[in-house]
Amino acid sequence: MTDTRHLVVVGNGMVGHRLVSALRDRDERGEWRITVLGEETRQAYDRVALSSYVDGRSEEELRLAELVDPLVDLRLGDPAVTIDRERRTVRTASGAALTYDALVLATGSVPFVPPVPGKDLPNCFVYRTLDDLDAIKEAAAAAVARPGPGRRSAVVVGGGLLGLEAARAMRLLGLSPQVVEIAPRLMPAQVDEGGGALLRELVTGQDIAVRTGVAVWGIREERDRLVATLSDEVELDADLVVFSAGIRAQDALARSCDLRVGERGGVLVDAACRTHDENIWAIGECAALEGRTYGLVAPGYAMAEVVADRLLGGQATMTPEELDMSTKLKLLGVEVASFGDAHAATEGALEVVVNDPVAGTYSKIVVSDDAQTLLGGVLVGDASKYSTLRPLVGAKLPADPVAMIAPGGVELGADVLPDSAQICSCNAVTKGTLKNAIHAEGCRTVPDLKACTKAGTTCGSCVPLLKKMLVDEGVEVSKAICEHFTYSRAELFEIVASTGIRTFTELVQKHGTGRGCDLCKPAVASVLASLGNGHIHEGEQATLQDTNDHFLANMQRNGTYSVVPRIPGGEVTPEGLIVIGEVARDFGLYTKITGGQRIDLFGARVEQLPAIWKRLVDAGFESGHAYGKSLRTVKSCVGSSWCRYGVQDSVGMAVLLELRYRGLRSPHKLKSGVSGCARECAEARSKDFGVIATEKGWNLYVGGNGGATPKHAQLIVQDVDQETLIRTIDRFLMFYIRTADRLQRTAPWLEGLEGGLDHLREVIVDDSLGICADLDEAMTRHVETYEDEWRGVLEDPKKLERYVSFVNDPATPDPTISFVTERGQQVPAPRPGDPEPVLIGVPAFGRQEVQR
Amino acid sequence: MTTTDERPAMETRDTDLRWETACPLERLQPERGVAALFGDEQVAIFRTHGGELYALGNVDPRSGAAVLSRGIVGDRGGEPTVASPVYKESFSLVDGRCLDAPGVSVPVHPVRLHDGLVQIGLR
Ligand SMILES: Cc1cc2nc3c(=O)[nH]c(=O)nc-3n(C[C@H](O)[C@H](O)[C@H](O)COP(=O)(O)OP(=O)(O)OC[C@H]3O[C@@H](n4cnc5c(N)ncnc54)[C@H](O)[C@@H]3O)c2cc1C
Ligand code: SF4
Repeated sequence: MTDTRHLVVVGNGMVGHRLVSALRDRDERGEWRITVLGEETRQAYDRVALSSYVDGRSEEELRLAELVDPLVDLRLGDPAVTIDRERRTVRTASGAALTYDALVLATGSVPFVPPVPGKDLPNCFVYRTLDDLDAIKEAAAAAVARPGPGRRSAVVVGGGLLGLEAARAMRLLGLSPQVVEIAPRLMPAQVDEGGGALLRELVTGQDIAVRTGVAVWGIREERDRLVATLSDEVELDADLVVFSAGIRAQDALARSCDLRVGERGGVLVDAACRTHDENIWAIGECAALEGRTYGLVAPGYAMAEVVADRLLGGQATMTPEELDMSTKLKLLGVEVASFGDAHAATEGALEVVVNDPVAGTYSKIVVSDDAQTLLGGVLVGDASKYSTLRPLVGAKLPADPVAMIAPGGVELGADVLPDSAQICSCNAVTKGTLKNAIHAEGCRTVPDLKACTKAGTTCGSCVPLLKKMLVDEGVEVSKAICEHFTYSRAELFEIVASTGIRTFTELVQKHGTGRGCDLCKPAVASVLASLGNGHIHEGEQATLQDTNDHFLANMQRNGTYSVVPRIPGGEVTPEGLIVIGEVARDFGLYTKITGGQRIDLFGARVEQLPAIWKRLVDAGFESGHAYGKSLRTVKSCVGSSWCRYGVQDSVGMAVLLELRYRGLRSPHKLKSGVSGCARECAEARSKDFGVIATEKGWNLYVGGNGGATPKHAQLIVQDVDQETLIRTIDRFLMFYIRTADRLQRTAPWLEGLEGGLDHLREVIVDDSLGICADLDEAMTRHVETYEDEWRGVLEDPKKLERYVSFVNDPATPDPTISFVTERGQQVPAPRPGDPEPVLIGVPAFGRQEVQR
Repeated sequence: MTTTDERPAMETRDTDLRWETACPLERLQPERGVAALFGDEQVAIFRTHGGELYALGNVDPRSGAAVLSRGIVGDRGGEPTVASPVYKESFSLVDGRCLDAPGVSVPVHPVRLHDGLVQIGLR
């Protein structure tokens, strides 16, 4: 198109990204061609969730939707350096000159670093970008690795929202954080005095030391470490210092081309987000909207939407009074939220406070002078009501103010909210919009709603409310396993556990229809096995098992099986290795080392399995359950026995865990790992439950996996002793086994768990549901009744009967199985229709021979 | 198909049929299959919960592996089925057609119970 205009966006942060995607969504005729200049070298990412980068999320997971579009030219790592307003030209660091029809500044903020001596020393950092976090991670790892006694610590300057997040990150990186805050309480901008006292307690309880009412005066180097001097003359030594003492709008470009700036910084814009130069706009944290800057993402997104509308000829404006300044602290174990007029600044406003020091909660709501309208509030200790209270700001109270925040008071759902209430404040999505998405656009699940409306995609605090809405609006979420049962696996588990039904036939007759199938039968088999029902081939149970469980081996593509003896913790004696080698040689099995630190023997015919296992069992090996939906392996590093960095015996722990949970049937396979120190050589955080040694004990992470959608496990308890560790894993596993869906691994299970990790912690650490005694008992029963399945088969002639290829000709092997030799071992012969093999630079080993 | 109470459920007028014994009935666990070899013909034989017997070709058409006898027996909408253990498609025990891939099927063999022995009719 010849009349295409050129938009240059400076800054590829959250708000710049939102502008481009909003404009591309709406600009159907392609009026604008867009060039985005990004100072950071990475694709735009979710800065709000930055801290999760040290807690397992990867850069890919944090990345915002990629802007692949012929009309968008994304130039990363090439910041704008000057603007020539007369010639309407932007010059970039690489020397490019871009002429614009419209220019949008979305340059965000820079961290404010107080001008104290020593602030630029090595190992002093700010906390704003992924690059900052990479540098911090590296310095923390170096500090942890440094030989010599003593704690490794970090001083965090600033006790606001960001400071506390940073402190927590330091903790995760193995350092002891000390927060220094100049105000008399933490999070002074959001929390009042009453909440501040409780907040301090909660934060201290997370092993974060807090000093309030003092300033940092200077930093100096001493014997390779840093020493921070405080205004009360206390000296804190530290391996690194992180400044998170506030932000300043990044308005340098605007100043250099004489655009007006606000009194306290920020590019001055009107209600349309336009500067006094009609071709230039500013949005996000760098903008001073009618003089005021906003350090949260929601106002920035709103500005992006306004400018997108204006660029297409619309008349949208911002109304600063309506800008939502609600915040929720995203900090493990410390719930804090503030919303609306938290400090009761409105004239005549009344405060209603419920303070429960025993439960550790502080709730305050601010209401209008007639106690009819909700104005704001502060929640500390338990912020679960945040997602329902926040959208009610400005609306009539649906109940008595005290009842709304008192423990056991009214339970608020989305149903009390008016259609105009904003359910997702980050993306300004109202209840009305969501209802429309459900009824008119057919959204059926939370992910549907996220994709369709963007609700819940930023800070995520409204997700519980989205779920409630789906229920309120009558969207049935079918959890039925298959056509034979209308129940989910978790519900079947409860039925079996509470009714004492112990056969599939009885279960399907009383609670289902038909005769079952390959979906429900293995699921019921797993439930029966989890509840302890003897050998999985006992009686009718044998008919429920899929072929792997039926032959206690893994079927491969040509109908042969692979055999995996258990090697707990990956620790094996030379004698053990020799036995495995001899068995493989004598039966002609292909041998491969697995990722789980054991050995897989492939190509066994069904009639060979008992003889193979006889030799293995005689040598002391047991089933490795590679075929089962059950514990696979507990991988380990060598730990303190050999490694110079190890702080605990990781192999010993791995062996202990593997022996404890071997044979435990679960909704899906379970993997685990144990690392002997924070270097994490065993990759424990990619496991369903991973254990990492610390100087004081063990950290436990849950809900990780590798595979197609890798997930890092999340920290659930830290620095615990062995007994607590094992108790927590016991409960985690049993709770998962009871409540997960069929073939749902721990990561999606945890994701779908209402209340997420915090809820899980409440259930299995604080026993909030009162079920821990049950869970403990179930695990004790498992441990006490475990028997090796293969030994069970070898000792029972009836069970051995099935290990033949043909009932009428037990001595004959399946004639359709044939092998060829590849790299010195046998592999299945190709079948007609198999894809042609591609040779990948490996020299051929002699001729391929077909053996029968 | 035939039932274990010796009621001949399948009329066959095929006089060329040669009946070969696979195994005694007790060797067949309800809702589980076994495989039998006749020459180079592999047959998967199933006994359902209600006591009916069925026989299909043992080779899974998709993978080429002779393993259908090792699948899970159940039903779909009342029609008895076996699910291939390799890629999990279900096959009707009645007529051998694949319920998940139109046009795909496996052979069906006549089966009867004779003096407590399960026998397959071969041509
Ligand atoms: C740890 C942390 C936690 C947070 N938690 C929350 C929260 O819970 N809730 C909330 O609402 N907000 C939170 N925020 C704030 C939120 O991230 C910001 O409000 C939001 O990112 C602002 O978006 P922006 O696009 O204006 O700025 P940014 O996301 O900072 O993007 C600005 C981009 O412009 C680039 N840039 C600067 N100058 C130039 C130039 N000359 N040329 C090219 N590019 C340039 C910068 O490198 C940067 O990439 C948090 C921030 C941090 C750091
Ligand atoms: S994780 Fe294990 S192997 Fe790696 S450095 Fe630590 S102790 Fe050593």
